[in-house]
Amino acid sequence: MSKFQKKRGKASPEVSTASLPDIIFMLLFFFMVVTVMRNSELKVKVVTPGATELSKLEEKSLVNYLYIGKPMEKYHETYGTTPRLQLGDKFATVADIPIFLEKHKVKVPENKRTRITSSLRVDGEVTMGIVQDVKTQLRKSGQLRVNYSSKKEREDK
Amino acid sequence: MGKKSAKDRLKNEVNAGSMADIAFLLLIFFLVTTTIAEDKGILVKLPPWSEEEVDPTKLKTRNVFSVLVNADNQLLVRDELTSINDLRERAKEFILNPEKREDLSEKPTKAIISLKNDRGTEYKTYLKVYNELLGAYNELWDAEARRYPVGGDTKYTEYSDEIPLATRKEIKGKIPMVLSEAEPTSYGE
Repeated sequence: MSKFQKKRGKASPEVSTASLPDIIFMLLFFFMVVTVMRNSELKVKVVTPGATELSKLEEKSLVNYLYIGKPMEKYHETYGTTPRLQLGDKFATVADIPIFLEKHKVKVPENKRTRITSSLRVDGEVTMGIVQDVKTQLRKSGQLRVNYSSKKEREDK
Repeated sequence: MGKKSAKDRLKNEVNAGSMADIAFLLLIFFLVTTTIAEDKGILVKLPPWSEEEVDPTKLKTRNVFSVLVNADNQLLVRDELTSINDLRERAKEFILNPEKREDLSEKPTKAIISLKNDRGTEYKTYLKVYNELLGAYNELWDAEARRYPVGGDTKYTEYSDEIPLATRKEIKGKIPMVLSEAEPTSYGE
């Protein structure tokens, strides 16, 4: 009996927390790898419509984004409510597209340039007029790989 | 005195307890600033720009599946008002023409889908129509892929990486997707 009592008196009841940072760091690295920084602040409202026949975009660095939608509420006074095009983090017109594409292109290694895709993030409520203008400009600039960004929708709907 | 120095030696370790807090701070920072990007969509290849317009009258009318979407988001398929829910089935019937009807395409390789919209058409509707037409082809490719010995229930779209490239090319050669988009009319803007 006395043997047990002696042992209990000596052992410290604290749990070692030394490995806690390692666990947290592991989580941290996971999130760092998995997530991508959003490089541009959205100035237009974009709710992409749903579709069923989707394909994934492969490499993030090969994609440039074009946003089309109504300006957010805080820009209503300066930019009105008609749908606008946003390139990078500012409002733009269709005429700015070639320069935007060129700026993205120089960052991409030469052997991958044929795989550059333009992702069109267009609000569902927008009429086709402006989308058509953008598409025509893309065709004129030789940027033919286009992805209509959309959400996954269930088949039975 | 001797007793005290022993205590000091025990306390000489660097306290690593706050490490977790620092790491947590970083973790929370990354959680807040980043978004898991959902990048999915309908991939299309636009035709190269050319000044001259394609003359559709050169094609036989039986081989052209014309789809018009107007500014009121209504659908006119081969001069008939159609619901968007029937579009996929009609497109499939047109492409394959299983009953060898006179007014549908001669063979899948000759079938052409012509899509035209107004400038006032909603993007939502346009994308839905595009989705249905692509869906029709995807279903046909699926059916075609099942004839090859790749596995009993191979889905062309979902497991396209498992199908050898040569087979994929053969399937697409049998049922090529030809979708021509005309310049939209300027109604409704």
